[in-house]
Amino acid sequence: MPTYAALIYSKDVDWTLAEHGDEMKEYAAFGEAAAAVIRGGNALYPTSTATTVRVKGGKGGDVVTSDGPYAETKEALTGFYLLECADLDEAVATAAKLPAAWDGAVEVRPVIDL
Amino acid sequence: MVAAGDALARLVREERTGVLATLVRVTGSVDRAEDAVQDAVARALETWPRDGVPANPRAWLLVVARRRAIDHVRRESGRSGKEREAEAMMDIDPTPETTETVRDDLLRLVFICCHPSLAAEAQVALALRTLGGLSTAEVARALLVPEATISKRLTRAKQKIARARIPYRVPTAAELPSRLAAVAATIYLIFNEGYAAGTGSHLVRAPMADEAIRLARLLVDLMPDEPTTLGLLALLLLHDARRLTRTDDEGDAVLLIDQDRTRWDVSNIKEGVELVGAAFRVSPDRPDRYAAQAAVAACHALAPSYAETDWGAIVSWYDVLLTVQDTPVVRLNRAVAVAERDGPHAGLALVDGIDGLDGYPWWHATRAELLSRSGDDSGARDAFARALALGTSEPLAAQLRRRLATLG
Repeated sequence: MPTYAALIYSKDVDWTLAEHGDEMKEYAAFGEAAAAVIRGGNALYPTSTATTVRVKGGKGGDVVTSDGPYAETKEALTGFYLLECADLDEAVATAAKLPAAWDGAVEVRPVIDL
Repeated sequence: MVAAGDALARLVREERTGVLATLVRVTGSVDRAEDAVQDAVARALETWPRDGVPANPRAWLLVVARRRAIDHVRRESGRSGKEREAEAMMDIDPTPETTETVRDDLLRLVFICCHPSLAAEAQVALALRTLGGLSTAEVARALLVPEATISKRLTRAKQKIARARIPYRVPTAAELPSRLAAVAATIYLIFNEGYAAGTGSHLVRAPMADEAIRLARLLVDLMPDEPTTLGLLALLLLHDARRLTRTDDEGDAVLLIDQDRTRWDVSNIKEGVELVGAAFRVSPDRPDRYAAQAAVAACHALAPSYAETDWGAIVSWYDVLLTVQDTPVVRLNRAVAVAERDGPHAGLALVDGIDGLDGYPWWHATRAELLSRSGDDSGARDAFARALALGTSEPLAAQLRRRLATLG
């Protein structure tokens, strides 16, 4: 069965704060309800903790880092799941139950099977 | 022999979509199935004129296409271990085919081409290429888009189907209404591409309208008890019945009031009206949006003249339509019918009360017409100018300019 990455784009928040407890509970509930298809995943700290890495001048060149995420958008990548589903319809139906789907967006991408 | 050749080409084309649908199931790939069917069709067009049409054209095409598909996979198998895939294809027993299997294969093909995870423009291209059987060049010509663009669009769509595993299956009863709505929307989009190209000098692109009607007929054949399929075909036929009279010899738009009703296609109207009735009979309690629009079109089609149009009935059908599709454009069309029934002031009050159409040329044009009829020529001139500034297809713009000129 194919695996899909469900990339969560939502407001750029710190999920560890108590004020997001209710949302985290919703994610925990999703985790239980979709346990049969979830193959992994994590929540991410906000983009203020991100470091973007580039190597200038090709492989082996100077490592250049910059503070913040690679692409600045209104909604940020704040977590992801790996879902093993029969097909895209099942993956979409599962992703639609993630709180980010109604409070942000979920991008569903097939994972390359190497 | 030209006529015979045409009949043969038509026969091959009619069988092609069904054969392709089955091959997609057998090979598990739209791309591979299309290549194989393409080869089989070419063989048929080459050998049938010489050897005669086989007793069962579908079975013949299926056998040839399947053999081609297996050959293709075998050729690839050396480098990617696909031998087992080829064997799996040979294992499927080709003999016990019921009309139900064929129908389900076609349904699956319809729903995969119009899957909501594909962009609307990709759905249109796929529907024309895969369901309609047009070549990539023909699709490009019909959509007035460069062939390379269409080719890229099709490749990308088929790649997404394969890589993201868009399923090849018939939607469940619970999913069907929304999935069918998506299919109908795609076919309606194709029809409108042909019927009133947004910009450019050709008001009517007949091949696209014909393709859309062919696809709508396929849907009715596959799902004869769905109000959406019946309503969609009815709507397309009733609109298309007026095709010849919508432009004059110079290609300029002719308004409904000036159209020569003796040249409307009577058989299309008859079939369309019957389909409207059937659509409401299968679901009397849940009106379908296409059926309601078709009912409006039927009122126009059945009126002996513009003056004898039953505007009261048309307003009522718009009221039905508003219960399932409450949009500013539907409200605008209803206001026009009210103006014909109750006079320009009544219509204008409704038109002015519609929010959200400031960027829509027809809202301004309608206001202009009703202002003019109410005796406010300067208000009408301003409104016509605004409609023109927003831009429409050239024949419609010419129509607006002519109307503006009569105001002096």
